[in-house]
Amino acid sequence: MLAVRDLHAWYGEQHVLHGVNFEVSTGEIVTLIGRNGAGRSTVLKSIMGLLHRRTGSITLEGREVLGLPSRTVARLGVGYVPEDRGIYTTLTVEENLFLPPEVRKPEFSVRQILEMFPNIRERLASGASKLSGGEQQMLAIGRVLRTGARLLLLDEPTEGLAPVIVEQIGRAVTLLKQAGLTVILVEQNFNFAAAVADRHYVIEQGHVVDMIPNAERDQHAAKLQKYLGI
Amino acid sequence: MEELLGIPVQALFGQILLGLINGSFYAILSLGLAIIFGLLNIINFTHGAQYMLGAFLAWMGLSYLGVGYWTALLIAPLLVGLTGIAIERLLLARLANVDHLYGFLLTYGIALVIQGLFRNYYGASALPYPVPAELRGGYDLGFMFLPTYRGWVVAISLAICLATWLLIEKTRLGSHLRAATEKPGLTEAFGINVPLLVTMTYGAGAALAAFAGVLAAPIYSVNPQMGADLIIVVFGVVVIGGMGSILGAIVTGFGLGLIEGLTKVFYAPASDIVIFVIMIVILLVRPAGLFGKA
Repeated sequence: MLAVRDLHAWYGEQHVLHGVNFEVSTGEIVTLIGRNGAGRSTVLKSIMGLLHRRTGSITLEGREVLGLPSRTVARLGVGYVPEDRGIYTTLTVEENLFLPPEVRKPEFSVRQILEMFPNIRERLASGASKLSGGEQQMLAIGRVLRTGARLLLLDEPTEGLAPVIVEQIGRAVTLLKQAGLTVILVEQNFNFAAAVADRHYVIEQGHVVDMIPNAERDQHAAKLQKYLGI
Repeated sequence: MEELLGIPVQALFGQILLGLINGSFYAILSLGLAIIFGLLNIINFTHGAQYMLGAFLAWMGLSYLGVGYWTALLIAPLLVGLTGIAIERLLLARLANVDHLYGFLLTYGIALVIQGLFRNYYGASALPYPVPAELRGGYDLGFMFLPTYRGWVVAISLAICLATWLLIEKTRLGSHLRAATEKPGLTEAFGINVPLLVTMTYGAGAALAAFAGVLAAPIYSVNPQMGADLIIVVFGVVVIGGMGSILGAIVTGFGLGLIEGLTKVFYAPASDIVIFVIMIVILLVRPAGLFGKA
């Protein structure tokens, strides 16, 4: 579904990605793991077209998307949940949920999304600034599910959340997999990643340095500990 | 003659009406400025010239083509809105990634060019524009005489302000505008065409200014300087209301018009500066403005 080839990216003059290569097949959940500052979130932003200075190639179902504006990438079916959740505090919860246009028929109806995240169903009319961190994360995921995006980019969805909320997010990600959606997950919490992912790409200093299938994670426990700095 | 607080009632209500009329123009103009500032982050100094253009287009339509007031009220905002779209696409969009001060300087320069061109061709003297036949005369309310046209200006201004507020706060398009104002990059990443929203917003802001200009033509007469004189006060209104605040622009516009009118009754020499005195106080105690977010 997605192929990233020799991807370089810069923040201003700072060269952050140095030739990233990886692939994701339809229906897979792939994580990008590594230490903070390795460039994992930058990979998601580059796919989304949020960084202006990039070289290399990003193909989505065979179509080159590197030079496209981010709105076109979104309309091709890529849904983005940023690390800070991207909740609009001047909008209500309902306005946030319905903000992105539908790009194709979604796998989940609004009713199903609200059943998945009952906390937001009860707060639709509230200002989004009043939501807790966990509720904001649920809203951020629900918002991209509503659009019918086929490829979801989730940046640190469990960061700073209580264990009970992490479990709820984990159940939601499992439902996405069952529905056949493709997910790229940037995740610091490896236990969470291991519970949902098919493969793990390890990123260090702007490169992909390893790929570990989830089924083989126990064999590579020592390597994983080194990569994650545990 | 009946008096209230030692002031003849007729004089008091006369100044309140005048204050409401000035407030109507402050509200529509500051509303346009607030919308543009919210999304483009630039202070649109061309706003006064766009207001003047609206009045001049109404005058030119009547003088050269026999186009009446009601048609001008539709056509002039449309034409000025289109020139606004061209200004945004061809000029302002190129400055999107540099300091917003450049946008301010550019719009100031455009205002000077437009005003200079009209002064060159039409001179500095005021050109009369008649009140439309349907809105001549007035009503004796017992305590004061209400000219029909002035009542119309206040009513239509309130309606336009309310409609604009509803559009921004209660519609899907409005939620896109608010989202693009808060997080433009992310809004674009959700598939919303933010550059198009920016262009249309600038065009709509310019059209609002032109609408106010047509409304003003029968009251203030038409001259190339009319926008420049008014826009300084309107900037004061926007600062007091809170930069970018839609509700702030509307409430503060009408409120300050009233305060200015009442100042004329109680201490006329202060009426020209009262808005700026309030602006200084607000900047000192609440820099984000009455309705702005710190």
